[in-house]
Amino acid sequence: MMRLPWRPILSALLRNRLPLTLIGLQIALTLAMICNVLFIVSERFALMQRASGMDEANTFTITTTAFGEHASITSIIAEDLRTLRSLPGVQSAAPIVSVPLDDDVSWTEDVYLGSDQQSPTSDDVAVYFTDDQGLATYGADLIAGRNFTAEEVGTRDADNDANKWPSSVIVTKALANHLFPNDEPIGKQFNFDKSEPSTIVGVIDRLQAPDPHHTNVSGDPDLVEYAILVPQVFYQTNSARYLIRTAAGRRDEVVAVATSALAAANAERTLENILTFSQIRTNAYRSDLAMMIILCIIVVALLLVTGLGIVGLANLWVSQRRTQIGVRRALGATRGEIVLHFLTENFLITSIGFAAGSLFTYGLNLWLMRQFHEPLLPLDYVLFGYVVMTLLGQIAVMGPAVSASHVAPATAARGA
Amino acid sequence: MLIVVGIGLGVSACMTSLTVLYLMGSDPLPTKSQRLHFVQIDNWDELDAYNSTGDPPNQLAYQDATSLFNTWKGGKQAVMYRFGLPIQVNDPGVHPFTAAGRATTADFFSLFDVPFQYGTAWDKALDGAHARVVVLDALANEKLFGGVDSVGRVVHFDNSDFTVVGVLGDWNPRVKYYDLDSGKLSRPESFYIPFSTAIERRLGVSKSFADTLLLSENKNFGLWVELDSPTALADYRSFLDAYVEEQHRLGRLTRPLNNRLYNVVELMQKRHVVSRDTEAQSGLSILFLAVCLLNAVGLMLAKFTRKSGEIGVRRALGASRNQIFVQHVIETGIVGFTGGLLGLALAEAGLWLIRLLYTDYARVASMNMSLMLATLAVSVLISVLAGLYPCWRASLFEPAIQVKAQ
Repeated sequence: MMRLPWRPILSALLRNRLPLTLIGLQIALTLAMICNVLFIVSERFALMQRASGMDEANTFTITTTAFGEHASITSIIAEDLRTLRSLPGVQSAAPIVSVPLDDDVSWTEDVYLGSDQQSPTSDDVAVYFTDDQGLATYGADLIAGRNFTAEEVGTRDADNDANKWPSSVIVTKALANHLFPNDEPIGKQFNFDKSEPSTIVGVIDRLQAPDPHHTNVSGDPDLVEYAILVPQVFYQTNSARYLIRTAAGRRDEVVAVATSALAAANAERTLENILTFSQIRTNAYRSDLAMMIILCIIVVALLLVTGLGIVGLANLWVSQRRTQIGVRRALGATRGEIVLHFLTENFLITSIGFAAGSLFTYGLNLWLMRQFHEPLLPLDYVLFGYVVMTLLGQIAVMGPAVSASHVAPATAARGA
Repeated sequence: MLIVVGIGLGVSACMTSLTVLYLMGSDPLPTKSQRLHFVQIDNWDELDAYNSTGDPPNQLAYQDATSLFNTWKGGKQAVMYRFGLPIQVNDPGVHPFTAAGRATTADFFSLFDVPFQYGTAWDKALDGAHARVVVLDALANEKLFGGVDSVGRVVHFDNSDFTVVGVLGDWNPRVKYYDLDSGKLSRPESFYIPFSTAIERRLGVSKSFADTLLLSENKNFGLWVELDSPTALADYRSFLDAYVEEQHRLGRLTRPLNNRLYNVVELMQKRHVVSRDTEAQSGLSILFLAVCLLNAVGLMLAKFTRKSGEIGVRRALGASRNQIFVQHVIETGIVGFTGGLLGLALAEAGLWLIRLLYTDYARVASMNMSLMLATLAVSVLISVLAGLYPCWRASLFEPAIQVKAQ
């Protein structure tokens, strides 16, 4: 094991204070940015991976608005559902208002435990209006209790202020745990604002809220997992919306068939907002994906620039110290030892940069926390950043180090 | 060469994100944006705040919007709300489609300097007359009538015929600043009808107008007022306070006085028009530029040190320190300029990528001439600044010593 001449390397570095400061600062800033940026990227990635609870591959929505003189939206809805449910390839169809991850249409309500409560136990909880086929159409898993019966399904006219909340509802597991922790939720009751209590008759495993980025006043991080299914067929003036679930793999073919079947059944209406759930998911996380791509590009560019900087500086030091290197070679140092010297020197610089860099890293993280509500950076990212910077430095300095090792011993004598 | 690349990368990252930041947040109506004010009062529940920041609800209830509009006589104003309806014409070749419409008063168009290519807005006298007239935007006119002068022609929606009185020209505000609560970056609406007509026909609005303290899903009403002097602004403030207090006495508005009168730019800031992501990207780009500059300083130092021989010879031949310094500063400036050109090319690519990734940023992610010139100027400036120290060091090389080292 060769003895590494730490002291001479260190003191040589400290004599060269300006370039050392420059490259050290560069490394520190790069470290700060890389750690935080990679953290943001991994966070967004985790966000986008969450399951919605729906059958994502085989569902699509259609919105229709009737405009005839004598349009009766309720009979149109009934007829449309009959048409849709009779189509080959359609597993089930249901009237809906909103869909997970589709924040264009989102209905939320505050939930109270008891009618004398002043503040809601949970505010801005997602509500899904649908009929008894809704559960099968969304594709959510029923893990306790039962689905709605056909008799329980009512209607809700958006233009009617006298709508009532139904006595039976289905909730997601996350909401049940939040409202009644450690308790059997089936049979328990809660209130919507200023209304009679509703009873939980079923619990589904998962169905996310329409707006995955929404935060409520109480700042509940699980808000996106809370949802309530309400057995009411919803319509607004002359508009209604349907969700259709097809047999596995037949979605794209059925979209076309369903659209023309509805158009043929009734021409006095528009058929719009025809979206597959895949499109809805893409739209929902479009800005998160964009942010991830942009940040990754910045990381790559950053590593490139810093790497090139290290190469440039190392080349300078090699050319400045040709004489020195020649002397050491003349005194018997091997090529390997010269290379190792430069590698060690770079390693020391990176470590000094890391020390300052850790401060910058958490400084940047604090700013991101304050301005953008990012969480605290976990230490593993800092360690990972250190490893990356060390590797980068070592790779960058390898070229100059090898060329330094090729300085012939003879040069020294002449230069002296 | 490396220096140019480094500067180019740093400049391009900055210019890409700062362009988006600037365009998104910039004043869409500089000639009069300060005079236009958006009215907000607090009609939320007595016991709960509307949200955690203490702000009142974003838009007004029908009763307040119309009372305030009808009572104030001190200048131009516009009350409005947005709705969607299927719209069709008498041409079987044109499919009906659902379009976004805005119910408003005649002064809306002059208030926001909206250009017309055919016809004009409806007469102000028609505002209260439930007239069935409509103004189309250029795109709707294209879809319905093939883009010709359709003034006098008929459009059919809500089971009635409406007569076209005007068609808008090219109106592409980057941000939909007159209604930031229904899609900040979306296009303006496709058609416009008088407010009273829409209300009478209950277009897009809940059938009952019972006084409601909780807005829940009820339609949103916006009220803009033009107040062209500080006295006018003060007058409106007292007018608004008096109104709220009167309503309080009548038992309606029970929350404490919490009015807002933001002008266009203030409202854009309050509604976070510039997205958080854009702000974060801008901050990170500036940091990236800092790294690139540090890099440039180091590389310049290295480059000049390697040239110490050449500089020494020139000093020996009589060049003064100043001459060396100036020469190198100019060289740095040229490097900065070249880096700027590279940065511009890369920024164009960057903005193309932004438009690809954020589909609704089409109007806020493109450079104009002044931004391009600014990029070049800034690039030269920061390169020169970064290079000041290395250039000064270069000018310090002594003649004699260098010659001996040869």
